[in-house]
Amino acid sequence: MMLSIKQQPFRAAVLVLVWGWLLFLVLAPNMLVVGASVMTRNPSTFISFPLNLDAYRQLFNPLYLEVFLHSLYMAAITTLICLLIGYPFAWALSRVDKRRQMLLIFLLIVPFWTNSLVRTYALKLILATNGLLNSALISLGVLDEPAQLLYTEGAVIVGLVYLLLPFMVLPLYSVFEDLRQDVLLASHDLGAGRLATFKNIIVPLTLPGVLAGVMLVLLPAMGLFFVPDILGGSRNLLVGNVIKNQFLDARNWPFGAAASIVLTLTMALLMFAHRLSKRRLGEEGA
Amino acid sequence: MRWLSRSYLALVYLLLYVPIVVLIVFSFNDSRTGFNWGGFSLRWYESLFNNHAMVQAMWNSLWLALTAATVSTCIGALTALALHRYRFRGKKVLNGMLFVVMMSPEIVLAISLLGLFLLLGLKLGYVSLLLAHVTFCLPFVVITVMARLSGFDERLPEAARDLGASDFTMTRTVLIPVIMPALMAGWLLGFTLSMDDVVVSTFVSGPSYEILPLRIYSMVRVGLKPEVNALGTLLLVFSLVMLMLSQWILSRSKQ
Repeated sequence: MMLSIKQQPFRAAVLVLVWGWLLFLVLAPNMLVVGASVMTRNPSTFISFPLNLDAYRQLFNPLYLEVFLHSLYMAAITTLICLLIGYPFAWALSRVDKRRQMLLIFLLIVPFWTNSLVRTYALKLILATNGLLNSALISLGVLDEPAQLLYTEGAVIVGLVYLLLPFMVLPLYSVFEDLRQDVLLASHDLGAGRLATFKNIIVPLTLPGVLAGVMLVLLPAMGLFFVPDILGGSRNLLVGNVIKNQFLDARNWPFGAAASIVLTLTMALLMFAHRLSKRRLGEEGA
Repeated sequence: MRWLSRSYLALVYLLLYVPIVVLIVFSFNDSRTGFNWGGFSLRWYESLFNNHAMVQAMWNSLWLALTAATVSTCIGALTALALHRYRFRGKKVLNGMLFVVMMSPEIVLAISLLGLFLLLGLKLGYVSLLLAHVTFCLPFVVITVMARLSGFDERLPEAARDLGASDFTMTRTVLIPVIMPALMAGWLLGFTLSMDDVVVSTFVSGPSYEILPLRIYSMVRVGLKPEVNALGTLLLVFSLVMLMLSQWILSRSKQ
């Protein structure tokens, strides 16, 4: 691209502004977290030398390990439920006629634009001991007395699924949109049954969408600390709660930083898997 | 098969919307305990607006969202233009950093910014909130604008430059009008993201500047507060209007 001298100042100003912002508010803070994770806890300055790996070692302390594994377990169940609901949902959505599709997509993203705290609170209205679900079950004769629904592991998972389902559906919807009907017809013509078509054609072609959805659900499902705070009581913590407590209450920055790096590495791993699946598809689909 | 998939869609939508409908209905419920219908009443809306701290937090949030959306739209638009038009060293890195901001768990961004602000001795309050909100809104604006630019006839800016326009003039008179709908949509998205954010704000806000999501957070942590129903209903209506506005802008520009 040819650029005259006269054009340079504007270009330079734009690049300096953009780079400046990202270096100062993205790169530098992240470096800081990496640095903090290998330093020593200090009550007055938060972190100090010497460098060590104590924070990472602390992650394997049975007490925390249990919290982490439980959080991972809840996040995994959440992701699985989102996938099980979202996959057929996205499929069905992609086969509705175009005009209605726009409306349905709109209805799906309305919650995304709505305050997530308020929506979590709304679930509390339903799940509370004398809430709607209990009242309904009792008046239907299913239950004799109200069941403890709130402040359980199940409540946290319901809350996470409720908040994160659109993030699973949207990437899946976009791969189902790209799924060409003639490919499915070809599979049928070549004698494949429904199950074989599903297994050999549909699943591989929608895999990048599945991985994108998993990525968008699994990580927030470990970080959204306000969901257990509102629905889960004190026993059903997420990694996000641990990080928040370590930074804001216990003032143990190295440990909080190490925990968040583990979270980031999980993200990197998932992103790598996503790229890999897309690349493989690109090679085969050519 | 057809009716099966239709009814499945309907069922999921029903589940998604039941809590929201319950919230709206209960916001007009006169009874304090909240689970029995005590007649129609606007008392929770009244008590909401008589709560001085609540109203103050509302204004603070609106101002924060307004400024954060505006700043991130300006920077985001320039970033998108730079990525679209210029070839420069580290372009891939820049792209990658934006992607990382968008994908990384909010809580990671939150603690890294808290660390930075404390290290710099920046007092936690409006400025720290603004910097943080602009940062997490930025990638969304960039993506919205880039999407608009990707379907754009490259000959127009060429023509403008051939006719002697400087880069700045060309950007102002050709590119900005083209990306205007994306700018508005990006602004609305940024505004909503900022109004909604809990995770990042929990870390980077101070007692001097209380914002709405954090006020709601402290209200809903323990027990049930009927005022939250009223507040939630207002926020819902508000974001619905914003969303419809942005859809309208985008769909009108496509024609």
